[in-house]
Amino acid sequence: MKEELFVSGRDIPNIDPYLHIWHWQIPLYLYLGGLAAGILFFAAYYVIKGKEKQMQTTVKWAAIIAPIALVLGLGALFWDLKHKLFFWQLYTTIRFTSPMSWGAWTLMLITPMSIVWVASYMKEMIPGWDWKWNILNRFEAWVIKYRVPFAWVMMVLSVILGVYTGILLSAFNARPLWNSSILGPLFLTSGLSTGLATIIWMSKDNHERKVLTRIDLVLIIVELFLIIHLFMGFLAGSAVKTEAASLFLGGEFTVTFWVFVVLLGLLFPIVLEAFELRGYHVPKWLPPFLILFGGLVLRFVMVEAGQITRFLY
Amino acid sequence: MTTRRDFIKISTAGTGAAALGLSVLNWNGVGKAFAEVENIPASNTELTPYPTYCEVCFWKCAGWAYVDTNGKIRKIIGNEDDPHSNGRLCPRGTGGIGMYYDEDRLKTPLIRGKKPDGTSYFREASWEEALDLVAEKMDKLRKEHGPECLALFSHGTGGKMISHLVKAYGSPNITAPSFAQCRGPREVAFTATYGEDVMSPERTDIRDTKCLVLIGSHIGENMHNNQIQEMSQAIDNGSTIITVDPRLSTAASHSKYWLPIKPATDIALLLAWIHVIIYEELYDKDYVEKYTFGFEELKEHVKNSTPEWAYGITTIEPHIIRRTAHEMAAAAPRTLIHPGRHVTWYGDDTQRSRAIAILNAILGTWDRRGGFYNPEKVHLPSYPTPPYPKPKRSWKDAYPPGKYNLVNEVLSTGICDATIPNPDLSCHLRGWIVYGTNLMASLPEQQKTLEAIANLDFLVVIDTMPMDIVGYADIVLPECTYLERYDYLRTSPHREPALALRMPASEPKYETKPNWWIAKELGKRLGLEDYFPWENIEEVLDWQLKKIGSSLEEMQRIGVKKFKRKYDDLYPLDNLPDYEFNTNTGKIELYSTELDAEGFDPMPKYTHHPEPEEGYYRLNYGRAPMHTFSRTSNNHNLWDLMNENSVWINPKVAELWEIKNGQYIWLKNQDGIISSFSVKARVTERIRWDSVYLVHGFGHTNKKLTRAYGRGASDSELVTKITMDPIMGGTGMRGNFVTFLKEDPRKEVKA
Amino acid sequence: MRYAMAIDTKKCVGCGDCVVACQTENNVPHGYCRDWIVENVSGSYPSVQIELRSERCNHCDNAPCVRCCPTGASHIAEGGIVLVTHDECIGCGACIESCPYDARYPHPEGYVDKCTFCKHRVDKGQNPACVDVCPTNCLHFGDMDDSNSDVSKALKNRKWKVLAPEAGTEPQLYFLT
Repeated sequence: MKEELFVSGRDIPNIDPYLHIWHWQIPLYLYLGGLAAGILFFAAYYVIKGKEKQMQTTVKWAAIIAPIALVLGLGALFWDLKHKLFFWQLYTTIRFTSPMSWGAWTLMLITPMSIVWVASYMKEMIPGWDWKWNILNRFEAWVIKYRVPFAWVMMVLSVILGVYTGILLSAFNARPLWNSSILGPLFLTSGLSTGLATIIWMSKDNHERKVLTRIDLVLIIVELFLIIHLFMGFLAGSAVKTEAASLFLGGEFTVTFWVFVVLLGLLFPIVLEAFELRGYHVPKWLPPFLILFGGLVLRFVMVEAGQITRFLY
Repeated sequence: MTTRRDFIKISTAGTGAAALGLSVLNWNGVGKAFAEVENIPASNTELTPYPTYCEVCFWKCAGWAYVDTNGKIRKIIGNEDDPHSNGRLCPRGTGGIGMYYDEDRLKTPLIRGKKPDGTSYFREASWEEALDLVAEKMDKLRKEHGPECLALFSHGTGGKMISHLVKAYGSPNITAPSFAQCRGPREVAFTATYGEDVMSPERTDIRDTKCLVLIGSHIGENMHNNQIQEMSQAIDNGSTIITVDPRLSTAASHSKYWLPIKPATDIALLLAWIHVIIYEELYDKDYVEKYTFGFEELKEHVKNSTPEWAYGITTIEPHIIRRTAHEMAAAAPRTLIHPGRHVTWYGDDTQRSRAIAILNAILGTWDRRGGFYNPEKVHLPSYPTPPYPKPKRSWKDAYPPGKYNLVNEVLSTGICDATIPNPDLSCHLRGWIVYGTNLMASLPEQQKTLEAIANLDFLVVIDTMPMDIVGYADIVLPECTYLERYDYLRTSPHREPALALRMPASEPKYETKPNWWIAKELGKRLGLEDYFPWENIEEVLDWQLKKIGSSLEEMQRIGVKKFKRKYDDLYPLDNLPDYEFNTNTGKIELYSTELDAEGFDPMPKYTHHPEPEEGYYRLNYGRAPMHTFSRTSNNHNLWDLMNENSVWINPKVAELWEIKNGQYIWLKNQDGIISSFSVKARVTERIRWDSVYLVHGFGHTNKKLTRAYGRGASDSELVTKITMDPIMGGTGMRGNFVTFLKEDPRKEVKA
Repeated sequence: MRYAMAIDTKKCVGCGDCVVACQTENNVPHGYCRDWIVENVSGSYPSVQIELRSERCNHCDNAPCVRCCPTGASHIAEGGIVLVTHDECIGCGACIESCPYDARYPHPEGYVDKCTFCKHRVDKGQNPACVDVCPTNCLHFGDMDDSNSDVSKALKNRKWKVLAPEAGTEPQLYFLT
């Protein structure tokens, strides 16, 4: 029988018996970040493609959700900090080896950009809207003039935002469940998909919805493929990886993951969206709701399970 | 530069002024600056060292208590000149500050009062009132029944001053549980064999030994400081360690040979070793020839104690017995069969210690390098006081005449016996003073102790913490910790004679007072002022030190002073000179004439001891290195390391009972006594399937111990059956067997 | 200059002195610890072995906690000692997530704390508090670049191992076996 124990009474809260230093604030932030990234990506994409008129919701209305999500996410992050008064230290330096640093700066750029983006459409969304100050009007005109370059910048930043939420976790080699390069692309795809789901839910234009649903379908299939790839990687990896994967293959997260994330969050939407595209009547809110729900559970499960996994020695 | 004595005086005034200043300003910043001194690592703040020697256990390592500029004791580090610690304190010594800062400490004198509804409670009293009451009761006792009816239980340095008071008062009944409950058997056994006892700290030359044999001794879990340090040196030197223990102790894990012996069969193994060494002619012929008596009798006695015979009893294979005997002989005379310390196991412990003494003798290890060295202590003159009155009776009168003739210390269990009224006795003890020992944990047979207490006229407890015994007291006198007082100088014997000074690093906290003050105040009230003809103990210390060429001032500077040896050699028998031992025959008695004369076996015999019945497991207990006695369970620093004990259960047994690791269970012993609290089960391969193991000192029942109350199980509670050692009255405590209860037994009763 | 520590598992008795000494030296709050003792039991009675290890931050050469810190509060100081600058730490917990040895803990005052090899003592030529107090003398500390240092001598003739070498952290705590 193998026995390992602390002899010196170590029982640090949130670290023993297993790590649980990040609570709900982090997965919530990762989710909202991914969501905002998805929305902003497609908003920017369609502006660059010049399809503003056809994709009104994508470009204008859904974009409102982005800054709200980002601010809420940042709020959750700030809440999670244990040395809050010193949060500004994040912005005194850029550390290229720290994904958190990239994230801090990316957010620093993309959040005001998303607010500006929405603001620049205020006149189109709310007739009679007037910026009181002249400087704001001139700024708005400048943004509208340079909308396409603006969109390019925002698109790049939103991809970084989406991928960084995964890289943030995968850069921790001490947590075998996270330490896979697939996590970045997985979270990006999930972010794009949840962004699309939001836009689809909000849109009333059938054409728009059809275009986006097709893209979403592809994204979900890619996501599914990435998840399978993730697990193949675990099972072909070293002992710590197979141990980590066992949490999802018979361990405590099995049901939560395969039912809520995969079945309800991915497979059902694939089927529903496919039928929708074929012309069958499907409740409009159902696929987006399932995708959004699945994405949220995915983040929560990954953050919680990942902290439990550790190196064995 | 201010001297340390001035510092103490100034600091009390100084912090008062500073506190006043702070409250006037009431600035967050200032307050923070004040607090930040405490956040800076200790070595980075300005610290003043005060010499002291530790009182957490009995090893009394000397050290320095470092105090910062705010008067806070920050850390305690060992004194490098001290042979007990060599500059390194054990975890309890390092954690001694936890004793000082413990908020659960006794703060004021307490007097038992009765409420109108009949329940008792403790009310806070002034020292005046409490001391007056104690003196009044002691006075009444000596007038009505004679001073011999008072008994003192004491343990620790401060007990010396209280003993002085009790002796002046006229009672000879001064006992420490450390004799009959701990090392008594080996003292009697070694005295019978060599004419001297093993002493404390033990005179074991572990540092230079080539083969260390531990019979149940768990060095590494008991923190006998310099013994652990020396064992570590022995490991570095490649010495062989042989551990005989039914449990894989830490020492066993570092040993070359671990003999997982069946409990209660050690004498058989020892006899088999003696047999091998004698019959294979591996003994030290010159040493035996020159110094021992009774070799032929011994040879005849162990004729049939072959390894094969021992195998059937101990389950240790014959070839292992032979191989370990060969290792011992090959390393001799630098071999050491350690006498152990707590040896009151099965009632024949004196005989087992005799076997250990005999084995050491035939290998020629006594008074030789690598075996036992010849310790020396500093002899300090006693401060002149009138001679003590001669008592007319003693506790021995509670027993038939001639019993315990060989006992040279007072039996604590004897005190209990002498307290319980008995038609055969003309009188019984009526008053107890308990100093620095938690009788509920140190004495077995709790029910007997409680019965004795119920028959007392009064019980006075002097302690630093609200230990379980405090709950039974009539009067409680709170003493300050060792960090807050002066005490007698430490003169323990060691390789070099050394003195250590204990000096306060802080004024006593709360309303606590040092033992010498309590003794003197009681003395004054009892008309015994002549026995305390000094203002304070510093006078006594300075007087004593000046007599041997030192001074209090010097000791305050250096903490420890080593002296040159005056007598003999460190290893007097290394070169086999002529030597006479302090025994009847003048030689090392392999055949003990002393024991023979009293009608006991002159050479040890193996006797079978009761084994647990089905479903029961032998209760073995011991130490953990971060705790000692029951006194550290509430110490916050040490509680961080270990806040409860656990009962070690073999995995096969756990599987039978369906007990999981970490599950809380209750223990019930063969007499139906159930542990007061549940205890965590540790399922481990380190313990044999016929026994369980508990670390001693947990399961406190006094709620005032906020951290220790209710945690773990008390092994003392479950030791209700003792086997008396007929030779010296030691209480063999390892004959208790426990079974497991998985449901709370008290819940059922309620339902 | 590269500081490292060697722990002799053949001598450690798991007493926890290193833990208490660190606590009193560095004001580690109750309930937290910068170093700890691990006991490993293997085998089956009576063929049982135990290993006792006094563990702490490994002050890795390739420290993941320094890599992932967004503010640079977690940094490598002189001699390879990994330290946290309290006033630059935002308490995000990334370093705690990144440590394979669970060596860091969130200090109640908000920043992240851990063993510092008692740098404040090392700078004065002293040993870390744990090394100086250990009664079995099983902790060896010093400069690996100095062949006469205590740790270099300890590593010379003994077999040793590090914890989780496959984590790629290049830890500087060597366990003599």
